[in-house]
Amino acid sequence: MAAAQPAPAAGAQSPSVHLSGIEKSFGAAKILHGVSLSFQPGEVHALIGENGAGKSSVGKIIGGYYAADKGVVEIGGMRLDQATPRRAMQFGVAMIHQELQLVPQLTVAQNVFLGLEDNVAGFLTGSDNRRFAALEARCGFGLDPRRKLGDLAIADRQKAEIMRAIARDARIIIMDEPTSSLTADETERLHKVIAWLRDEGRTIIYVTHFLDHVIEVADRVTIMRDGRVVRTGTIAGETKASLVEGMLGESAEVAYPDRPPAPSPDLAPRLELSGVSSGAGLKEVSLSIRPGEIVGLIGLVGAGRTEVARAIFGADGLSAGAIRLDGVALSSLSPQAAVKAGIALVPEDRRKQGLVMTQRTRPNMSLPHLERISRFGFLDMAEEKRRTRAMIDHFGIVPGAVDGEVAYYSGGNQQKVLLSKWAYGAPKVMILDEPSRGVDIGARRRIHDFIVELARAGVAVLLISSELEEVINLSHRGYLMSEGRVIGEVDCASITPDQVLYRLFHVGDTPAAPSHEPQGPSS
Amino acid sequence: MSVNPISSHSSADKAATGNRHFSAGAFLRDYGVLIIIVLLMFALTLLSPSFLSLRNLLNILNQSAPLALMASALTLVIIAGGFDLSTGAIFGVASVSAAWLAVTVDPYLGMVAGPLIGLVLGVVNGLVITAFNVHSFLATLASSLVYRGIAVLITGGALIPVRMEEFAWLGRGRVGPVNIAVLVLFVFVIVMMVLLNRTTFGRRVIAVGGNEEAAILSGVRTYLVKIATFGLSGFAAGLAGIIAVSRISMGQPQAGAGMELEAIAAVILGGTSIYGGAGAVWRSIAGVLLLALIGNGFNILNVNPFFKDLTTGLIIVVAVALSAGKKRR
Repeated sequence: MAAAQPAPAAGAQSPSVHLSGIEKSFGAAKILHGVSLSFQPGEVHALIGENGAGKSSVGKIIGGYYAADKGVVEIGGMRLDQATPRRAMQFGVAMIHQELQLVPQLTVAQNVFLGLEDNVAGFLTGSDNRRFAALEARCGFGLDPRRKLGDLAIADRQKAEIMRAIARDARIIIMDEPTSSLTADETERLHKVIAWLRDEGRTIIYVTHFLDHVIEVADRVTIMRDGRVVRTGTIAGETKASLVEGMLGESAEVAYPDRPPAPSPDLAPRLELSGVSSGAGLKEVSLSIRPGEIVGLIGLVGAGRTEVARAIFGADGLSAGAIRLDGVALSSLSPQAAVKAGIALVPEDRRKQGLVMTQRTRPNMSLPHLERISRFGFLDMAEEKRRTRAMIDHFGIVPGAVDGEVAYYSGGNQQKVLLSKWAYGAPKVMILDEPSRGVDIGARRRIHDFIVELARAGVAVLLISSELEEVINLSHRGYLMSEGRVIGEVDCASITPDQVLYRLFHVGDTPAAPSHEPQGPSS
Repeated sequence: MSVNPISSHSSADKAATGNRHFSAGAFLRDYGVLIIIVLLMFALTLLSPSFLSLRNLLNILNQSAPLALMASALTLVIIAGGFDLSTGAIFGVASVSAAWLAVTVDPYLGMVAGPLIGLVLGVVNGLVITAFNVHSFLATLASSLVYRGIAVLITGGALIPVRMEEFAWLGRGRVGPVNIAVLVLFVFVIVMMVLLNRTTFGRRVIAVGGNEEAAILSGVRTYLVKIATFGLSGFAAGLAGIIAVSRISMGQPQAGAGMELEAIAAVILGGTSIYGGAGAVWRSIAGVLLLALIGNGFNILNVNPFFKDLTTGLIIVVAVALSAGKKRR
């Protein structure tokens, strides 16, 4: 374990990490479009951008978790030849995740030296605690090496992870949303640690959506949008407002279908949530959706949007509040009861939650509706095929085989199968969680048309998407969510994504126009 | 924050076509077990003129009937993503209970009670697994010990002879040239196939094993599906148990020991995915036949029985390796 080198002046020597022309796709969705970036020794370099801008993917490529499709990753002047976390670690890269990667059953010291234990022919020499003391003398985190990691608070676990990175003498430390589960006090202490790591000459790559933190701790900032670098520069002169503007930019023009006419405000709501709280983190959520209305849930990841969907669908139990369908409170909440009542949920992860990949198209589509196409439990296969064929034709699913192997379909076509699965039963309420994530442009347009079709047919639609543009352009109304609460309601026809983002980031009040410079950073 | 795109990287890329063209490799994996059976039958026919006779073939089927019953119901357990290590012990409990009831009360009552007791024990397995969220491997490993203990308790360790005409017909009787046990097996296998392929229950079984989360989010009561598959497996073990009692005129508490592993081997050998979500009843019957043919072949050739176990084991390893290669994602 090398002693800390004197901190070189930023920019005075070759960059510690250099990316050139990095491209990355997942299936049909291109995540990074030729990203070139340099990170200097002795700097805290923030990566910011909207959901889906590609900032976490850049971190994961440097950390060896993803292999770039094209482009070169150079670390300390040498090309990263294998995209594995182990190889990146040998290059001096450590990644600190949103979900911490430690062993809760082991002690702090055991975790810190995991894989680096002093040993003689495999037998431990029991020097971990002594080595820990030496490390602690440098870090001064005040962790007890003998405590079980699982008993520590999240912030302390994060410290243990940072110590682990230092024990490996990581020169480049990537932190992906490190403050997302920290209190203000803990965040401040983490920032002190980050400043100290920087002063030791290490490179800190700080991925976050907290703009206050960026301004507080970063030396330089890179703004990303749609998988591209918008700009890189020193933090001096940036304000929260200028950062938000950079993140938004002029987004690529995507045509959206026309909204169907909004239902009359007098119309009784089809679905109504009043004061709904759940163990999954919802706090007194109240909202309503009328028949034929498209309502968007807007918020950052972790704001509780998916939890609202799961609560309505009966996947998570409620601790308080009531859900009414056509004015009648749903007494027993379960996915089974929801399906019976005509509530459909298209979940966000089609592979894990949506489709059964070992089954073909036909059984995937009919799974929630087996009662309707059977008699005394015996399936009417002809009817099933007829319905499946109708959905395939309606959505233009390719390949068009009734018994196609869904596992080999493209992302867009898998998503169409998943939407068919729920459209099949003519639902009253359709909840769509990230319906166009990771699909190509054509499929995306077809999915948008489908959402409009649903509303025209009188279905109450709840739309969740991390893409602000998408929610705002398709919805009639939107609810803003933060930390499990509904914090506001917006008329989507008369609001711009910029205004919504300003409100979500709490940058003062909504500005009159997006180009307008609002007041400086508020604390 | 993060893009968090599709969790799988590869399959979407090679997606495009969906309709795969005929490939020899895929055909071999899908129907390899049938090809091996045909080759083996061909070889045994050449080696021994007595092999390819209706009498010998029916005899093989008849001897395999109890195992085939268990394997065909076990197929549904495994497709639903479960594992049942207690079928051998249920076989034992059903055997001695049926024998005891037949001798002390009524032979027909004993005959009816065997499968029903199996059903109840299987449902108990399912309840333990779903109510306490225990992995089925552990739950049935434990319950197999309990059930075997019950079997021993019922008889006090002794054997129960059942020498009665009213009981013997099931295992020994024939209709024309065909053994009654083979007919029972035939009917049971048809029922299992219909259940799996033609009913809402079957669809749910496959969905639960293929993607439990998706099944839950499709309104499937996955716990009921699982309990039902274990109930069926127990029922089949009980049915197999009374056939065995009828055949040897004896209820033994240790009956069926080791059959749970043979049944699992047969299911896997047939090509049903050990990971759940895919498989077929006919495959398990093919697996049982393959095991039986290997045994029959070694008998005909009069080879040291040691080689039989060795060969069987090697074939199972190859089958499992093939099945692992088939696993996507």
